[in-house]
Amino acid sequence: MTQLPQSTDRKMGLVIDLDTCVGCHACVISCKGWNTENYGAPLSDQDAYGADPSGTFLNRVHSYEVQPAGGHAQLIHFPKSCLHCEDAPCVTVCPTGASYKRVEDGIVLVNESDCIGCGLCAWSCPYGARELDAAEGVMKKCTLCVDRIYNENLPEVDRVPSCVRTCPAGARHFGDLGDPNSDVSKLVAEREGMDLMHEMGTKPVNKYLPPRPKDQIEEQIDILAPLLAPVAEEPKGFLGWLDKALEKL
Amino acid sequence: MHPAPSVIIFTTLSGLGFGLLFFLGLGVPDVSGWVAFVFFLIAYALSVGGLMASTFHLGHPERAWKAFTQWRSSWLSREGWCAVIALIVMGLYALGVVFAGQRWSALGLLGAAFSLATVFTTSMIYTQLKTIPRWNMALTPAMFLSFSLAGGALLAGQTTVSIILLVVAATIQALYWWRGDTALARSGTDIGTATGLGSRGDVRAFEPPHTGTNYLLREFVHVVGRKHAEKLRIISFVLAFMAPVLFLLLPFSHAFAAVAVLSHIAGVATSRWLFFAQAEHVVGLYYGKR
Amino acid sequence: MIGSQAEKGAHLSQPVIDTSPKVSDEVRKTTCYMCACRCGINVHMKDGKVAYIEGNRDHPVNKGVLCAKGSAGIMQVNAPSRLRKPLRRVGPRGSGEFREIEWDEAISTAVGWLNELHETAPQKLAFFTGRDQSQSFTSFWAQNFGTPNYAAHGGFCSVNMAAGGIYTMGGAFWEFGQPDWDHTKLFMLFGVAEDHDSNPIKMGIGKIKARGARVIGVNPIRSGYNAVADDWVGITPGTDGLFILSLIHVLMKAGKIDLTYLGRYTNAPVLVNATDGPEKGLFLRDADGKPLVIDRVTGKPAAFDKPGVRPDLSATYDKDGVTHRPVFHLMAEKYLSDEHAPENVADRCGIPAQRIRAIAAEIARVAFDEAIELDHEWTDFRGEKHSKMTGRPVSFHAMRGISAHANGFQTCRALHVLQILLGTVEVPGGFRFKPPYPKPVEAHPTPHGDRRPGRPLEGPHLGFPRGPEDLLLDENGTAQRIDKAFTWENPMSAHGLMHMVISNAAAGDPYKIDTLFMYMANMSWNSSMNTKGVMEMLSAKTEDGKYVIPKIIYSDAYSSEMVAYADLILPDTTYLERHDCISLLDRPICEADAAADAIRWPVVEPDRDVRGFQSVLIELANRMSLPGFTNEDGTPKWKDYADYIVNHERKPGIGPLAGFRGEDGDKEGRGAVNPDQLTRYIDNGGFYVAHIPEGADYYKPWNTAYQDWAVSMGLYDSPQPYLFQLYSEPMRKFQLAAEGHGDRQPPEHLRKRLKDTMDPLPIWYETDQQGNEGFTVNALTQRPMAMYHSWGTQNAWLRQLHGRNPLYVPTKLMREHRLEDGDWAKVTSPHGEITVPVMEMAALNDNTVWTWNAIGKRKGAWALQEDAPEATKGFLLNHLIHELLPPKGDGMRWANSDPITGQAAWFDLKVKLEKAAPPSDAQSQPEFDPIQSPVGTGPKDLAWKVGK
Repeated sequence: MTQLPQSTDRKMGLVIDLDTCVGCHACVISCKGWNTENYGAPLSDQDAYGADPSGTFLNRVHSYEVQPAGGHAQLIHFPKSCLHCEDAPCVTVCPTGASYKRVEDGIVLVNESDCIGCGLCAWSCPYGARELDAAEGVMKKCTLCVDRIYNENLPEVDRVPSCVRTCPAGARHFGDLGDPNSDVSKLVAEREGMDLMHEMGTKPVNKYLPPRPKDQIEEQIDILAPLLAPVAEEPKGFLGWLDKALEKL
Repeated sequence: MHPAPSVIIFTTLSGLGFGLLFFLGLGVPDVSGWVAFVFFLIAYALSVGGLMASTFHLGHPERAWKAFTQWRSSWLSREGWCAVIALIVMGLYALGVVFAGQRWSALGLLGAAFSLATVFTTSMIYTQLKTIPRWNMALTPAMFLSFSLAGGALLAGQTTVSIILLVVAATIQALYWWRGDTALARSGTDIGTATGLGSRGDVRAFEPPHTGTNYLLREFVHVVGRKHAEKLRIISFVLAFMAPVLFLLLPFSHAFAAVAVLSHIAGVATSRWLFFAQAEHVVGLYYGKR
Repeated sequence: MIGSQAEKGAHLSQPVIDTSPKVSDEVRKTTCYMCACRCGINVHMKDGKVAYIEGNRDHPVNKGVLCAKGSAGIMQVNAPSRLRKPLRRVGPRGSGEFREIEWDEAISTAVGWLNELHETAPQKLAFFTGRDQSQSFTSFWAQNFGTPNYAAHGGFCSVNMAAGGIYTMGGAFWEFGQPDWDHTKLFMLFGVAEDHDSNPIKMGIGKIKARGARVIGVNPIRSGYNAVADDWVGITPGTDGLFILSLIHVLMKAGKIDLTYLGRYTNAPVLVNATDGPEKGLFLRDADGKPLVIDRVTGKPAAFDKPGVRPDLSATYDKDGVTHRPVFHLMAEKYLSDEHAPENVADRCGIPAQRIRAIAAEIARVAFDEAIELDHEWTDFRGEKHSKMTGRPVSFHAMRGISAHANGFQTCRALHVLQILLGTVEVPGGFRFKPPYPKPVEAHPTPHGDRRPGRPLEGPHLGFPRGPEDLLLDENGTAQRIDKAFTWENPMSAHGLMHMVISNAAAGDPYKIDTLFMYMANMSWNSSMNTKGVMEMLSAKTEDGKYVIPKIIYSDAYSSEMVAYADLILPDTTYLERHDCISLLDRPICEADAAADAIRWPVVEPDRDVRGFQSVLIELANRMSLPGFTNEDGTPKWKDYADYIVNHERKPGIGPLAGFRGEDGDKEGRGAVNPDQLTRYIDNGGFYVAHIPEGADYYKPWNTAYQDWAVSMGLYDSPQPYLFQLYSEPMRKFQLAAEGHGDRQPPEHLRKRLKDTMDPLPIWYETDQQGNEGFTVNALTQRPMAMYHSWGTQNAWLRQLHGRNPLYVPTKLMREHRLEDGDWAKVTSPHGEITVPVMEMAALNDNTVWTWNAIGKRKGAWALQEDAPEATKGFLLNHLIHELLPPKGDGMRWANSDPITGQAAWFDLKVKLEKAAPPSDAQSQPEFDPIQSPVGTGPKDLAWKVGK
């Protein structure tokens, strides 16, 4: 399965709203919890209570400061997991076929029993979406919760990735990005959703909604009349205004 | 990239080994019997030893055989096939040369071709990676092939050819370093495209997603000081090319030849250390590294 | 387009995976305890073990979502730092040397210490609880023990926030109320910290962001919620009040205030005595004590709540030579003054005047030009019917940043006054209370501190003083409480002063105590200012070699730093192994549309010899036969906490849980005890919700439908309509005393301060800068969202996110001090110094540094290895903060706290920054000796998969 399918029936993926993500790491830990207990080997932690704790996570939240040419610096929280690329280099480099992209929904998965842990797929991924589990010696990555989204043991409303279900701010959206009429596709169109490292040609399925423009209030709001025109300059005048205003009520 | 000893040993030794096999396949030097046996032994020790070393970094070496399945798309799989074919063909060829006194030259040529192909496929494992602009250059396979050939010629005891190939390899090495140093900048990928935020202003990595380390940082982010790297480049260049050429230019002696070979190996290993250690993976951009 | 042969072939060769694996054997629904949100959680069980935790979709608080801490609960339940057995100290205090004992010995030891105190001198027990979520129970225990010395951690956390709100409008932010997320069009968030009510706030911000509504953040630090704010106001710490009063100035001056609302629902029209004398500043009241207003219909004074009355905001009233002016006149006088003009506050606030005006204009535009109306009929308390509910869709919220200053109480009041002037409280699109709020001061108790050996206190410890008569002072003027709450030093200290308990006890001021009993309060580390000093006080000895604080009992589930300083440890369970109730009698989990409460229940049984602390308290009470815990025949009323939750009645028909009351479980709010109540809660997902009827859901303080519903629910005994207190008469009473009126007089040295700070209308004042010469940089702390309020950073997953903390330094100071990321800086305050690593932050007030709080750990605590980054690189800013201000040379030490409430003013910290060489061991300074871990250290590696 090292070869990529020419196209997939659906393009399931995430839309991440950088305008709304508050950087709380809820998605990170929910993912860790679900995927430790479910698909494949648990996400292990080394030196868990020691000097150099380091574990496998499939989703991590970075943060960046952006300094615009004028005005205040901005802080942007930036969750990142597998983008389930249409042209996924991690699939084609895999020597054993362990890494594959599903035809039915485009999810990129690792078949752990075929994985030799060579790491080449992680080398080929520009996004840092794959981590070799130090305990199990196999490559771990976001499964888009393939064991949740179709899971008949879960109520239908819960058949979304655990990160989406748990996100308190609603900054993560899940759906079929191959269907132009899906909610996620409309959101991407409306908010000008973007690709990460477009130049890599990986054609990520996951999209990022850019932060809205910030710190515009002084340009947008007229601080004089009519909003803030003083009713009177002196306190006495104010009481006169008050009497008149009360009459009108 | 993390300069893992296993991959440095692998690419250095197997490059030499397959380089020597290439020359042996061409019938250079024209040896037979026990002398040939020793040459083949050296070549197999280097190439097989290198291949063995490469399995040390696998999470599951016992499944390595599965790597033969994806030759249609995976350079690593192709490398596996080429190496096995080269070793089998050259093995048969060697049987002829050593034990039967026969030189099945068609077989030798085929083996030589697969030996070079093995080196080429190895280099393509690195070259194909857009994520590492320093590797993603035509100079990468040129460098691997020229190193392999120069080393092979050296081991094959071909003084003149060695000198020529060492000069060629040295030139390619210099070109590789020169172009490599600007490869990331020329790639068009930076923290702005990585985050999609570049159009809004200067982007700077703030708090990392975790305060400790992780697989990505261990594997992909290795910072070598510029001065340290320059020093290592000079050492590598002197050991891999200048010293061997010098020794080859001196009146021939086995001792000098041995010193030239050892110096070359040390130089190539140093170059390979730099090949990995200096390679910037674009994932580092997300962590604000480089 | 799709489905070529090749692909079909490929499809077939894909591995077959099970996309419907069994998720769990069983889901047990309980309540999270990782912070004060108290979200509903689904605990997925496999083979009797906790396999996975997710949010409960039906739960009123989190509606399915869950934060990082909540999902990491599984690592809290298996944490190696869990205490395993009761402990008796064998080494010196602070060493961490213990021997394990049996529960029998633990209980009888505690009873041996406590019973004598109960019978002879109950005040010699100081019982203080930290992250306690059972305060209505723990206070009941303390009340029945008879000690006046009880409080939880509110005094150093949030009392300004809570008391400022209650005194002004009968409720506050956080657990008391929330913005109307569904209707608000402009949301303005004040203050550092991104914690209290964290999931609801994240959900709310997500909602309004999805609508494209504007969020304005006022916070020196642009992290978290401020990072997603459309506009960021990087204000100078401690000047929020100044900024708010300037907004009030601009809005009032432009007439952009809601006169109808002010006239009907606030004390703006209430008449205030304006003639010098002992009554000056007090309300004119009728014979029933009701404040009077001038009725615009008759032009005559009338009780504020008289049916049909139209209160006049402008008319004055003269009677017997005494002039009475409406509160609104006093406000106009004060706030229209030029001292509040944006130009005159801009520099101090660090906000350009233009920006202040722009924000005021936007507030005015949204409040008045974008007003909304809901077609909900309602009747107000004066009997007037309204066909619509008018909403001014501007909402405000604040975090503790604005309150942890010595001017925090007045700042919180100022913010509420701003909301009220705009008419945005309890209206659609504005700020809404959550039951049992609104609840005016009059419906809250006053404080009680009498001490009568062997008998219970006459009422609850904590309350809201109405005037000097409610202070807890002995006849000679000394404090009745060990923390000196409710004294002239901090008259309105409604949450007590936990941060003063240890230093006062160590100093024997106002008196010596015998036993310090604490629960989940890490006082020897991150929960104290002056951490090193507190450690010394806890282990200080008298000349005869005895400890100054003779006995310390401590209960915690984990091996926290405080464990090492106790003589007797009562190990608690984790939150998944216990019964609890999140009660309407306490700090409930209600939403603006509903009253709600919840339980915890043991979804797993402890695998160690530990017991839920509340059940242990009941056992102690039973062994001592404490009054409220004992039947008339001398038998105990309750055997454990679960028994108490179900069978305790605070008043007839009203118990800890409001749901499923009555013999058949069909009553809510009021009803007889239901023996099956806990089962019903468990079957219902661990919680109960009673929805507020439509038409009763806004204008709650004045809406008869709401008032009647609240009575039926048992929230009030009778309808309690009231006016918002723009002008606070209780404060004026303290001020009058300071001016020399009345019997109860403050000590001379406090007179001026009381006069200055107890202004009945919100003011802003510069906090005491004595001793701060040369210390010019503000230093703040907050906890990361992934750790806020969670008990310890030993969590194996969370500590990977935040395993150490740098000092964040603004770009300007980085350049000035030639610092680069990873360099070290020495940070000095008038009290102490630390040497710590720095990191640049551009989105930060130019003159403010900050760090994540409570990441730093002491070596040996929390079952972490001694070289854990928390213990080597992590650090506390607490070392720089003292509970007292630097000496002024007047022979007295003044508390570093708000002079009104006593709230610890840890955000007033000022420091000096210098580049430093890295410490020789590359560890943050100061370092402390390791404590011996009573539980060893955690395992090396983890791969926590429960299922097969």
